[in-house]
Amino acid sequence: MTLRPMMTSDTARTLAFTPPRSALKGLTRRQLLQRGLALGTGLIVGPGFIAGARGAWAMELEALSPDSMATLLQMARDIYPHDRFGDALYAAAIRQHEDRAVTDAEFQQFLADGVADLDARAVEAGHASYTAAGWEADRVAILHGIEDQPFFQTIRGSLVVGLYNQPAVWELLGYEGSSVEHGGYLERGFDDIAWL
Amino acid sequence: MSAPYELSDDSVVVIIGTGAGGGTLANALAQQGVDVVALEAGARHLPADYVNDEWASFGQLAWTDMRTTSGSWRVAKDFPNLPAWIVKAVGGSTTHWAGASLRIQAHEFFALSEYGKVEGANLLDWPISLTDLDPYYDVAEKRMGVTRTNGIPGLPGNNNFKVMKAGADKLGYTECHTGRMAINSEPRDGRGSCRQLGFCFQGCKMGAKWSTAYTEIPQGEATGRLEVRENAHVLMIEHDGAGKVSGVVYQDADGNRQVQKARVVCVAGNSIESPRILLNSASSLFPDGLANSSGQVGRNYMRHMTGSVYAAFEEPVHMYRGTTMAGIISDEARHDPSRGFVGGYEMETVSVGVPFAAAFLNPGGWGRPFTAAMDNYAHLAGMWLVGEDMPQESNRITLSDEVDHTGMPVANVHFDDHPNDVAMRDHAYAQGTALYESVGATQIYPTPPYPSTHNMGTNRMSEQPADGVVNGFGQSHDIDNLFVSDGSQFTTGAAENPTLTIVALALRQADYIVGQMSGKAI
Repeated sequence: MTLRPMMTSDTARTLAFTPPRSALKGLTRRQLLQRGLALGTGLIVGPGFIAGARGAWAMELEALSPDSMATLLQMARDIYPHDRFGDALYAAAIRQHEDRAVTDAEFQQFLADGVADLDARAVEAGHASYTAAGWEADRVAILHGIEDQPFFQTIRGSLVVGLYNQPAVWELLGYEGSSVEHGGYLERGFDDIAWL
Repeated sequence: MSAPYELSDDSVVVIIGTGAGGGTLANALAQQGVDVVALEAGARHLPADYVNDEWASFGQLAWTDMRTTSGSWRVAKDFPNLPAWIVKAVGGSTTHWAGASLRIQAHEFFALSEYGKVEGANLLDWPISLTDLDPYYDVAEKRMGVTRTNGIPGLPGNNNFKVMKAGADKLGYTECHTGRMAINSEPRDGRGSCRQLGFCFQGCKMGAKWSTAYTEIPQGEATGRLEVRENAHVLMIEHDGAGKVSGVVYQDADGNRQVQKARVVCVAGNSIESPRILLNSASSLFPDGLANSSGQVGRNYMRHMTGSVYAAFEEPVHMYRGTTMAGIISDEARHDPSRGFVGGYEMETVSVGVPFAAAFLNPGGWGRPFTAAMDNYAHLAGMWLVGEDMPQESNRITLSDEVDHTGMPVANVHFDDHPNDVAMRDHAYAQGTALYESVGATQIYPTPPYPSTHNMGTNRMSEQPADGVVNGFGQSHDIDNLFVSDGSQFTTGAAENPTLTIVALALRQADYIVGQMSGKAI
């Protein structure tokens, strides 16, 4: 049977990652590096884009600077750290903020201010920037300092759906998702527990 | 006379809402020759429309019209505009309920007499007893196809249940089984049987779970005496100069206001919307709202003591495979004040998918404590604790200053836990923890109450008009031809899931209304 999913616009925004435009698609790491810089985090940032270390994913940016997006990416991972999740999953999760910033100048400023504040707090703690703070514990300490603020809550709140509503994430966490098209779990292990 | 009915037809019974109460009542009246117009705020979604996707389904079915919250309950902080997770669709919350069908226990109808006065609680005995309701429980269980009744086999136990059962055995609980569920364990009543889809909360795509949307409502429509108007959001109820209700004002699918005349009006919009409608119907004759001479409309809002316990194990569980509420332990549902609280609670398995686990296991939580739990997802078992919370006058639905798309003031839901609720929840968390640890849990995650799926008490039954809103038949003390037909009638919450009782009350109310109408009393 054909399912007709009913999506809210919020849900739609958090769907699987949009493939990179042709300008970056299929570039090798070397070629990406020639256009930008590798950050200590393994990301590649260049004019108008940010990419994964081997070019497996890339995000072209109109509103946010690549450095800002790299910071948001690190922030997202620090808020919900899953060591087995690639950057692509976090990038897909926060892409909605870039999209919104393209048409919402006030929101664009809100994000820029938030990132600037994160970096300022990192500097105060003795690091060059938020992303330059090498230990997760140091970055998390900075986040605890802003966890009641709108900037943190906006990013965190968006990740609840943005990160965890991705089928790729479900697979990594062992959740099998939609079931009816497979005949349910009646013959797919609904009672297969063997260790009790 | 037959459907469809004219707006000016004042011979019809108008029912607001088509859920467990409204849907059951609509069919029961139509079957007995009464002309019924049922106004449903939502659209008609049926099994072919449901989706096995938590957020997409939420967008399709959930009531997300503006509501506000206040009080010390955590829901007000984490979900300030979502006090309740209920359904806006034909079928109401029977669309997304888990199917648990339990009778209220005999002593729970006499909460005040049995428990005694509890400081700060507005306990009251129901004006009816289990004896009054038993014949209707019998009919309800048969109509709904409740397992373990009427020769219907219990459902098989999934992984989540097996963990619960193993722990129940270790703790010495004796009342643990796969539940009395309104879910077909074999084909019945023209509907298929359960294939353990695991998306009960998203509407049963097998139609195995009973919902008025594809049982009572189409059966009623087939008589030619039931007209359901979808996307008809009721704003208020009108009355005549003599103080009898005379019609219902609603906003239709095009956004236009309509008035359906009525001989009798039955309010079944669930326990937030029903008192909201009555309060929004205030007039010069009834300045405090309809049916509100006692001042109790909106008050005594109960959502059950709830909380969840999830537990992680070394080996996978895959709790999401199969029915969401796959089993129950009833040992703690007794009244036993030696435990430190009055009333009791049930322990019922529950499961949510990754998307909802992220949203509800620890709202607002973040960092490694949060993600460690999510990383354990496939190794989690879970149970939902549901027990009797204390009615408090201050827990109430009132009208907010905000208005919604209908232009009417929205409902504010105020709630604070009573100390008895806290004591019961702490006990339940401890028992759930002990159960899972007894079978090897390595980590325990007590989870706070979700936006309320059980909502009761806001138009409660009472013997004396001063103590409540309706009598033992759900009939307004003040206005003879005005009824309440949903869970807002509950005098107290009891420990049991409310749906079976709502259905039984609706069946009984239908008989009463038919009698009253034939005798021209209304």
